[in-house]
Amino acid sequence: MNESTGGATGGRTATRESRFAELIENAAGRRVPALVNGAVQTPFRGVAAHRPTGNKAAAPIRSCADYPTSGDKRAPSLRDALERAGLCDGMTISTHHHLRNGDRIGTLALQTAAAMGARDLRWFPSASFPCHEPVIGLMDKGHVHHIEGSMNGPLGRYCSEGRMRGQGVLRSHGGRWQAIQDGEVEIDIAVLAAPSADFFGNANGSHGRSACGSLGFALADATWAKHVIVVTDNLVPFPCLPWQIQGNFVDQVVVVDSIGDPAQIVSGTTEMTKSPDRLLIAEYVARFIRDAGILRDGFSFQAGAGGTSLAFLPYVKQMMREQGIRAGFARGGSTRYLVEMLEEGLIGAILDGQTFDLEAVRSIRDNPRHVATTPFTSYNYHGKGHFASMVDVTVLGATEVDVDFNANVVTHSDGVLLHGIGGWQNCLAAGCTILAVPSFRDRIPVLLDRVTTLCGPGELIDVVATERGIAINPRRQDLLDAVRGSDLPIRPIQDLKREIEALCGGAPRPPEPSYDPVAVVKWVDGTVLDAVWRTSV
Amino acid sequence: MHDPATTSPPHVTEAGRSGDDVKADLLVRYATSTDPVEVGIERSKVAPFYGDAIAQQARDVLHELDVSTGQLTIVDDRGALPFTIAARIECAVRRAGLGAHRRSLPARHVRFPATARDRLRRSRLYLPGNDPKLCVNAGLYGADGVILDLEDSVHHGAKDAARILVRNALHSIDFGTAERMVRINQLPLGLEDLDEVLPEQPNLVLIPKVESADEVRAVDARIGAVLDDDRPVWIMPILESALGIERAFDIATASDRIVALTIGLEDYTADLGVRKTATGEESQWARERLVNAAHAAGLQAIDSVYGDFQDLDGLAAWGRRSRALGFTGMGCIHPRQIRIVHAAYAPEPADLERALKIVAAFDDAQRRGLGVVSLGSKMIDPPVVQRALKLVAEARAMGLLPDAHDGACR
Repeated sequence: MNESTGGATGGRTATRESRFAELIENAAGRRVPALVNGAVQTPFRGVAAHRPTGNKAAAPIRSCADYPTSGDKRAPSLRDALERAGLCDGMTISTHHHLRNGDRIGTLALQTAAAMGARDLRWFPSASFPCHEPVIGLMDKGHVHHIEGSMNGPLGRYCSEGRMRGQGVLRSHGGRWQAIQDGEVEIDIAVLAAPSADFFGNANGSHGRSACGSLGFALADATWAKHVIVVTDNLVPFPCLPWQIQGNFVDQVVVVDSIGDPAQIVSGTTEMTKSPDRLLIAEYVARFIRDAGILRDGFSFQAGAGGTSLAFLPYVKQMMREQGIRAGFARGGSTRYLVEMLEEGLIGAILDGQTFDLEAVRSIRDNPRHVATTPFTSYNYHGKGHFASMVDVTVLGATEVDVDFNANVVTHSDGVLLHGIGGWQNCLAAGCTILAVPSFRDRIPVLLDRVTTLCGPGELIDVVATERGIAINPRRQDLLDAVRGSDLPIRPIQDLKREIEALCGGAPRPPEPSYDPVAVVKWVDGTVLDAVWRTSV
Repeated sequence: MHDPATTSPPHVTEAGRSGDDVKADLLVRYATSTDPVEVGIERSKVAPFYGDAIAQQARDVLHELDVSTGQLTIVDDRGALPFTIAARIECAVRRAGLGAHRRSLPARHVRFPATARDRLRRSRLYLPGNDPKLCVNAGLYGADGVILDLEDSVHHGAKDAARILVRNALHSIDFGTAERMVRINQLPLGLEDLDEVLPEQPNLVLIPKVESADEVRAVDARIGAVLDDDRPVWIMPILESALGIERAFDIATASDRIVALTIGLEDYTADLGVRKTATGEESQWARERLVNAAHAAGLQAIDSVYGDFQDLDGLAAWGRRSRALGFTGMGCIHPRQIRIVHAAYAPEPADLERALKIVAAFDDAQRRGLGVVSLGSKMIDPPVVQRALKLVAEARAMGLLPDAHDGACR
């Protein structure tokens, strides 16, 4: 067993005091704990500096002799399935988040395990959502020891206030794949919600009433978990086509009435922001991409579903039409806006990580040029390349950016966990990374001297676009040269920061951190980039 | 909202707004007492970062207003900026009958230039005068003007509060290259508005529902009385009734400060008892009358607003018809409208191309001392030359020609 896989076991005896383990300053100048949930950590060494050797982890060998020759792996209930999987205290249970805030399976799996008396479980979701609030009760009662995965809403607050017994471990989508394949996290039981599945365990996310598009986030779990349970509310006759998860990885299949609330899984249609400030930033971003010469035939970009990472699309689309430019491919977060561009021939293909609305679900189901990707193909840093670095331009959000272009995406200035990392860290590998942010929120400037939590090193962040101007990282002299003569408001970041502080009545005076680490932020290579400190209740 | 039962001391006043849907504003409460000033913060979204700064600012504002007793409470701060905090405190104190003839101004970061009589006024963005959240970034969208509105967008009970907030905004917010306009209330309330805002040097005052030249003269006189320098403050009367339209020329010539006439179609159609349509046939005559009166008086004619900010195609069509009638601009109720409006009032490319040729021919004729301008085999009449010169100058001002200076929005 790899040493760092003892997380759950180590965590079982962890007390709050144990969080005050030795703090080490990493290569980014941040103080991080040497031990997390009892496991020894490698502090961040710099971008591309950490090169581990050895072999990937592997799932145990199984024999067909132990599975029915009919292929029918159905279990009568999730409880039976967990029992047959050998559920016991301290195990790691994983789930995926393709059903987003409509997911019922994450909570159900843990509640069922709790009802069976299991204690000190480690929950390892690909992300958690406000719908998973009941897990707080399971943590209070000792059934769940801690969560390793993004936390926001009530769970984020619970963790931030130091009420979770173990420490949170926040990873990017690519980082989660890396942690599983490198053996840092060993999954005992993966409970994978599937909008369609057959009795053998072949499964997809593109069909059925709970359709969510891709199932890419569940692929690492299916491949590496010691035991894989597929849970579906849409059992189809063998073969389930297409199969995004191959039944050969699956131990058991459970049929339930409902895996999730369709209304919360995908939206009917994605709404474009009406905020004048966001639209202005989006327009600046599009013009920047054009003026910097990035918008050229065959270029590629990453889009998302929220705020400016969606709102720049109509502007770019107009420019592409006017100039007769076609993108080679786009990475999603797919929405109807991206689908329209694909269908108009403005994009060659959509390489999709998450499918956000019904139009996008239809497209990924019917259009062979719209394909589901996985964190392996797109994001995994410990692989032989990834799509993220082949993208010419990516537009992302952030909660804070500092004058060295370091950025935060998991906490606000009050230090409370509010967002997951998602694919954000992985997307920083793009040729040009643009953070589209308002210059301040509720009086608190977004541009600071130092970010509260470091999630992205400044050397990977090229441009910060606000409604008051655009700052280019001085490391990118090529971009500064490319936009010379542009009529965009391009300004030094210090200049922007001064203007914002004048407006807000001075720089904010953040409280001194508690230096009690309730969670850590991992970098894409598994090293510890920063810690999240306990905030006052 | 707060519990009124807790407000028992002798005299309690409040100003501002609270609640989860409120952004960038705050609710403050002032209770008179004979004890020295006390400042407290009940709730603030930014307390960990700016709590001390807010308390200090509150003490400073009270000091400037010469208030040395009483209890001031920041009941609910929703991330208000300093100019708003100062305005709400001043309003609460004034409502308690204190701080008369004093003002507490927030920090100023820039000096604001005067504007030219004949500058571009294609778009003017309306900003509700009592809502601080919309005005902070209003100068970023490229509008030719911003209007801080004290009239229809402000509830009767909040006129005093809006006046102080608008004054502070004029003092401290950078509206970029936009002309700084204030729409005052109808007289006589509008004269009180003027007393408060004029020292903060708005570029232009809009007078609503004007029906007589006397109203304009009253505003002109008050501007002259309040201003202590000769920097221009322009006037734009809004004609919003049948009577106002009938007296358009009289009104247009009532003061040298007038630079433009504009029309308010919501009130005008209500006055006529007709439905306001998206194409505006019912107000065709009134708008033509206004255009003619404005031109006769040497003023700009500015159109009303287009009320559906989602319908950008309807707006573009309205704008093109408006330009064809002789208007040179209109109001905007959402920043999205600005770009559409600018495009609508820009010269058609074909017209501009022809005008450039005529101007080139005119320059050539001037150089060669010829009295007659000709283009190819055709002679160009003097009024055609004049119109071409005007169009080219207009296009240059809009930044549509390469040698135009400062075409960018910032």
